[in-house]
Amino acid sequence: MTIRFTEDHEWISVDGDVATVGITTFAQSQLGDVVFVEVPEAGRALTKGKDAAVVESVKAASEVFAPVDGTVVEGNQAVVDEPALVNSDPQGAGWFFKMTLANPAQLDGLMDQAAYDAFVEGQH
Amino acid sequence: MSSETDSPLLLTPLNALHRELGAKMVPFAGYDMPVQYPLGVLKEHLHTREQVGLFDVSHMGQVILRGDGVVDALEKLVPGELKALKEGRIRYSFFTNDQGGILDDLMIANRGDHLFLVVNAACKGPDIAHLVAGLPGVEVEYLGDDRGLLALQGPVAATVLARFLPEVATMPFMSMVSASLKGIPVTIARSGYTGEDGYEIGIDADRTEDVARLLLAEPEVAAIGLGARDSLRLEAGLCLYGHDIDTTTTPVEAGLTWAISKRRREEGGYPGDAIVRRQLAEGAARYRVGIQPEGRAPAREHTEIQDASGQTVGEVTSGGFGPSANAPVAMGYVTAANAAVGTPLSLIVRGKALPAKVASLPFVPQRYYRG
Repeated sequence: MTIRFTEDHEWISVDGDVATVGITTFAQSQLGDVVFVEVPEAGRALTKGKDAAVVESVKAASEVFAPVDGTVVEGNQAVVDEPALVNSDPQGAGWFFKMTLANPAQLDGLMDQAAYDAFVEGQH
Repeated sequence: MSSETDSPLLLTPLNALHRELGAKMVPFAGYDMPVQYPLGVLKEHLHTREQVGLFDVSHMGQVILRGDGVVDALEKLVPGELKALKEGRIRYSFFTNDQGGILDDLMIANRGDHLFLVVNAACKGPDIAHLVAGLPGVEVEYLGDDRGLLALQGPVAATVLARFLPEVATMPFMSMVSASLKGIPVTIARSGYTGEDGYEIGIDADRTEDVARLLLAEPEVAAIGLGARDSLRLEAGLCLYGHDIDTTTTPVEAGLTWAISKRRREEGGYPGDAIVRRQLAEGAARYRVGIQPEGRAPAREHTEIQDASGQTVGEVTSGGFGPSANAPVAMGYVTAANAAVGTPLSLIVRGKALPAKVASLPFVPQRYYRG
């Protein structure tokens, strides 16, 4: 299983043909208490860097972008029903959607854990 | 909410304390202010509704007006009933312009030998210029950054403050006194902007942190940032200047006519009085209303509002998630035909029309002290 990160603080974890996408621990800490989540429906085509989901804290709305091109397999109803999961377990139960990969080579352009950690360090 | 400028940010007397408490600081109205503490906006909001929150509102402008005829003079700038304002009492009012628009909203206290005003941080420069120009012969003293202001808000606020000053427990809502808190001279007003009972405490800048630490040492008190201040006032149906009211909105449109007495409605004598009087008689074209989205998606400021037929009828001016309402809440302006409570509306959020309806304000009951 491979995990990669975007500069917009999404994570994508690839297991075989399907990848799971969410926002990082750092991203949820910056957002604060998440009160609303909108996830894409199965079958929707996603384009790398374009809107895929929505996450809102008390104060602000943010877009979650597709880390790579592909098609939605499943949106996570659990985070829609309980948005606080994004705060309590952002890189586990707080995932947003699962997708297939149209172009797995796009993963090579994303950061690995070490690169992302350094990137976050530079945000302070 | 924030206004970014190139000039260095101003600091309130509590800046070091905010940092010590782990606040996330943001620029707001030219000041470096705490938007939230480690507790987070949601819990800070709920804590204030259940116990007591301490807010640093030292960025707001505190102004003293002195001179013969100061009451008559100020009535020429605001539609508030000041002649009947008794010593020790406070009134909410607003500066209007010649079109009946609102230049700022403010609190005015009759302190016997002077009037004491609290104006919005973002407006205080223009407000002071407006006062100086509009009140010839009146001494306008801006207390500036020599004076701090704390708000202690919540259902347990009276219990907490009465431990230091027993007499504050029975102070009437919208009254103001001078007092000595552990030897520190303070002014205490029973007022606030959260919809809860509470106080606003004025202190010399060099003693403001001492008072803040005394209050924060009480077990029920938590430091609360601007994020929760905004969600608290929104649930309470209170206007935020520059968002829900501004120079293009009149007091009639904004639903603030309760702050204009019968005498002032009849006599006028403030900027824009003819327009306000006409709107009072004939109605305005649009009104500020509460808006309750039916789903869970918040509708933020500037969200387009449509009627059932898809016609644009207004715009959201404040919107977000109400932690106590446990639902999205919003305020905005809609055409008069759509302003009745219960009117179905659509909110255009990310291109989708989400169902909502006009709701009565406030979203949570106001719990001011009524004796």
